[in-house]
Amino acid sequence: MQREVSEMIDAMKRGDTRALARTITLVENRSPGWKEAMQAIYGDTGSACVFGITGSPGAGKSTLTNEIALRLHDQGYSLGIIAVDPSSPFSGGALLGDRLRMRNICMKTDIFIRSMATRGVLGGLCQAARDVVRILDAAGKDIILIETVGAGQDEIDVVRVSNFVMVVCIPGQGDGIQAIKAGIMEIADLFIVNKADLGGADEIVADINGMLDLCTHNGIPRPPIMKTSTETKEGLDALVENLIAYARERKAATEVNRNHVKEEILSLLEREVFHFVREELSGNGRFEEAVEQVLSHRADPYSTVEELLGSFPLYRGMKTREK
Amino acid sequence: MNENRKIRVLISKPGLDGHERGAMVVAYGLRDEGFEVIYTGLRQTPEQIVNAAIQEDVDVLGLSILSGAHLGLTRKVIDGLGAQQADDILVLLGGIIPEEDIPALKEMGVDEIFTAGTPIKDISDFIRSHLPRSPEQEPVIEKP
Repeated sequence: MQREVSEMIDAMKRGDTRALARTITLVENRSPGWKEAMQAIYGDTGSACVFGITGSPGAGKSTLTNEIALRLHDQGYSLGIIAVDPSSPFSGGALLGDRLRMRNICMKTDIFIRSMATRGVLGGLCQAARDVVRILDAAGKDIILIETVGAGQDEIDVVRVSNFVMVVCIPGQGDGIQAIKAGIMEIADLFIVNKADLGGADEIVADINGMLDLCTHNGIPRPPIMKTSTETKEGLDALVENLIAYARERKAATEVNRNHVKEEILSLLEREVFHFVREELSGNGRFEEAVEQVLSHRADPYSTVEELLGSFPLYRGMKTREK
Repeated sequence: MNENRKIRVLISKPGLDGHERGAMVVAYGLRDEGFEVIYTGLRQTPEQIVNAAIQEDVDVLGLSILSGAHLGLTRKVIDGLGAQQADDILVLLGGIIPEEDIPALKEMGVDEIFTAGTPIKDISDFIRSHLPRSPEQEPVIEKP
């Protein structure tokens, strides 16, 4: 490993904030040395409890994160927060505004807040977020909060990086539950009906209950529903008590964790294989040639893929065995 | 060359100054130029700004000040960055800044001052041509 990288990691483990921030940048950018950095960090991970916060846009996730963090901080927990916002698919840029809603905790310099952009699908938010979680874990944070972007595929990904997922709903959006129904209802360990000071909170609670009645839980405990309001502070203390209780009782190795590990190895493998294949193909011009073939309708994309893969002995061997 | 490298910019408003429009225009404009822009909002203390710049590991810090307190506030931010060995961060200043204060601000360590009416392109060009600051920072490439 490069000397600067290993020095940076040592400093990070000693509690140096700048080194921590720099390590995150190195890994998020996949700059040279990132993999060695993660290899060096992995041994120090596994002790932090990771809470995911997801829900539709405007549900109050950032404000809620602020309130939760403030209470956990007051109880003496060291905290890391990852706040994810979308990148523009057009410019590649992003406006990361979660700090705006986290004013109270921005005053506390010992709470580490990092804004992350999704950087498009190929950026692999899930893996990057997972890596950042590990870095914060190795830096000695007790609890890590991840706040996701609004509705979308990424919301489901949060489950793969968190030990415990909160799904935030709000009253007044008749379609609120409809919008988050597919997929996201199944990942919740806890439902939060936020903005409970507005009318209609009880109806949403009833809706969620109605939906949970229809689900088969397969031995997984039915997720509780809590009402909160960041305006009146209703329910916030109780919510945080719940989270702390969960963090204390958490078991290290569960079936869920096993699935997370499987999924992570497969996705890292997939990326490596993809990069390998892309590098090999771009080197010899065959890829460009294939594009021309398909463009002029002399070949179809399906057989083109098979043909391109045919240049790899491993793939050829597999195909031969299939026959 | 690392194509994943993204330029990160923190836009912040120090002190008691409620004029947010300029900072927002710059934040949105730089996002459209392909930067990752972190916006902290109004009424930040110099300590909060330095803290956010360090945690977010930004390449650029943009301060917007229209209150007249630019000399004092900017000095505190720059001293704070220096105390954390973060003086490699590019510091830009915008807002209502009198011509005669510009030499003092540059002397202090502000890399450039962009007053009202500056096209966004001037700011993004300045950022691209002044990064990376140190040899260990990686090369920066244009947006896709």
